[in-house]
Amino acid sequence: MRELDPVLVLAELTDGVVSRSTRALLTLARRFGTPEVVLCGPAGDDTLSVLGRYGAPIVRTLWGPGVEEHPTAACVEALVALAVRTPPAAILLPADHAGHEIAARVAIRLDAGLISDAIDVRPDDSGLVATQSPPGGTHRVESTVVRGVPVCTVRTEAVPLVPAPVTARARPFALDLPPHARAVRLVERTAVAPGQRPDLATAAVVVAGGRGVGSQDLFDLVGELADELGGALGGSHTATELGWCPRHAQIDQTGCVIHPDLYLALGISGSVRHRAAVPDAGAIVAVDRDPAAPIFTIADLGVVGDLRDVVPELLAEVRRRKSRPHTEV
Amino acid sequence: MKIVVLVKQVPRAACDISFTPESNLERTGKRFRLNGADECAVDQALRIAPWRRDMEITAVTMGPPAAEEALRRAMVLGADNGIHVCDARLSGSDALSTARVLAAVLRRVEFDLVLCGAGTSDSGMSAVPAMVAELLDVPALCHADTVTLHEHRLEVRRGDGAVRETLAADLPAVVSVRECCGAPRYPRFGATVSAREKPVRTWSLADIGMNGARVGLAGAATRVRAVTVQPRPRRVLAGEPSDVAARLADFLAERQFL
Repeated sequence: MRELDPVLVLAELTDGVVSRSTRALLTLARRFGTPEVVLCGPAGDDTLSVLGRYGAPIVRTLWGPGVEEHPTAACVEALVALAVRTPPAAILLPADHAGHEIAARVAIRLDAGLISDAIDVRPDDSGLVATQSPPGGTHRVESTVVRGVPVCTVRTEAVPLVPAPVTARARPFALDLPPHARAVRLVERTAVAPGQRPDLATAAVVVAGGRGVGSQDLFDLVGELADELGGALGGSHTATELGWCPRHAQIDQTGCVIHPDLYLALGISGSVRHRAAVPDAGAIVAVDRDPAAPIFTIADLGVVGDLRDVVPELLAEVRRRKSRPHTEV
Repeated sequence: MKIVVLVKQVPRAACDISFTPESNLERTGKRFRLNGADECAVDQALRIAPWRRDMEITAVTMGPPAAEEALRRAMVLGADNGIHVCDARLSGSDALSTARVLAAVLRRVEFDLVLCGAGTSDSGMSAVPAMVAELLDVPALCHADTVTLHEHRLEVRRGDGAVRETLAADLPAVVSVRECCGAPRYPRFGATVSAREKPVRTWSLADIGMNGARVGLAGAATRVRAVTVQPRPRRVLAGEPSDVAARLADFLAERQFL
């Protein structure tokens, strides 16, 4: 029974390589049945071998006029067509911009239950059970889908990758996009070069240093920590005054106002102007020598300690955890 | 030109969320505010307004009677009028039924552009804008960092760290904006006063031509099964550097940043 149920998985390539989120989705999808991958565009041998390694025997490669210019619409049309033809056990998508929009449109078309931003999905007598972690991280919510095919966007950062090799075959899937699906045009798409830090104002993760960092050398180490976390590097007013970081990376009311999911403030006491520049950060972690520093009043987690000790230790710990075998197969 | 801004009331403190036994959001004794991204959406409408004729900005919300406060806030920030969909049968609505209700409202008012926040600080359901667009069969430009309106063409830029995209569509369209599109300007005192006089229409399900079968708990395609409280970490740590570094990394891993 379980082998018969297809599970539709929307695959993504970053720079032509199957992204980690796709491999994690395939790992999760195997809990429900046989993964069936939907890929917008052609699949090379490398792509097929990676998808096969994570247990996807069928890879639907979408082609047709307009598919390249309208990837979102193409994925919606393909997922709906496949789900109508053979109702799958679930449709799993990555929780990014495109994934959210595709999931929403598919759920409306199929009149099916949508669960966004799940951190875990597992099968149950009633179908699919998804765990979500609402912003703030204070609760865990378990939900089920009671109508239609469960459509689920998953945040896969914490999902360990487990391979289960099979032979993947590409099955071209021809699409003829209806005119209304071509309404949104992609004007420009530029990849942010690897190693290039994201834009401070829109970055999901921001790491910043202040006077407490103490030296340019240690500030460079803060920059390395930002790179390890895939975040942007900023500095307090004092850090820019001392020339440790460029003026445009100054986080305060007159500089840059940031909106990250994670803000890591290192050696920043947290003046009123600085705190005003972090109005809605998801989680704030602060490290400072002074236990009375105002930054601790807004921090979700504070550490009282010397940056000279804590930053190298934290950098080493982060690198150690990132290189742990189960996170990258 | 008519712009409709979809807004939602959320708890003032994101960490102060609790749930009723029916898994709805606990409202008693809690303070609420207009969702931050929605405030930015109202402000984006205002930035477009000076360049267009016959501008009308309508704020639309769905929620219990107290949610009218969110509309008032949107009107302080610059919306001209408000529509409040309020019906006891709406309690327990999921994204699907919320989108149906909002789409039903939008079919009854004229619009050239629908603006809304790209996500809410209480549930993170960022699906509603795209669902509304799908129901109305208009283009959706989601998670915009910047919004530019040309003569009849709308252009947004967005980025998710790895790629930056510029997308374009013709009006009418649905656009969801992220908070980084620009902080709302601080309202003048006069705006706060005059917002009290601006009209709010309160519509029930019957007014928008819907029955209770497809909304609320009855129409929801998802069910919340359990809500568990996560233990909060101790707020301020001190100790050996290697020890606190490990605890910091634990925190980052727990919040899925590692």
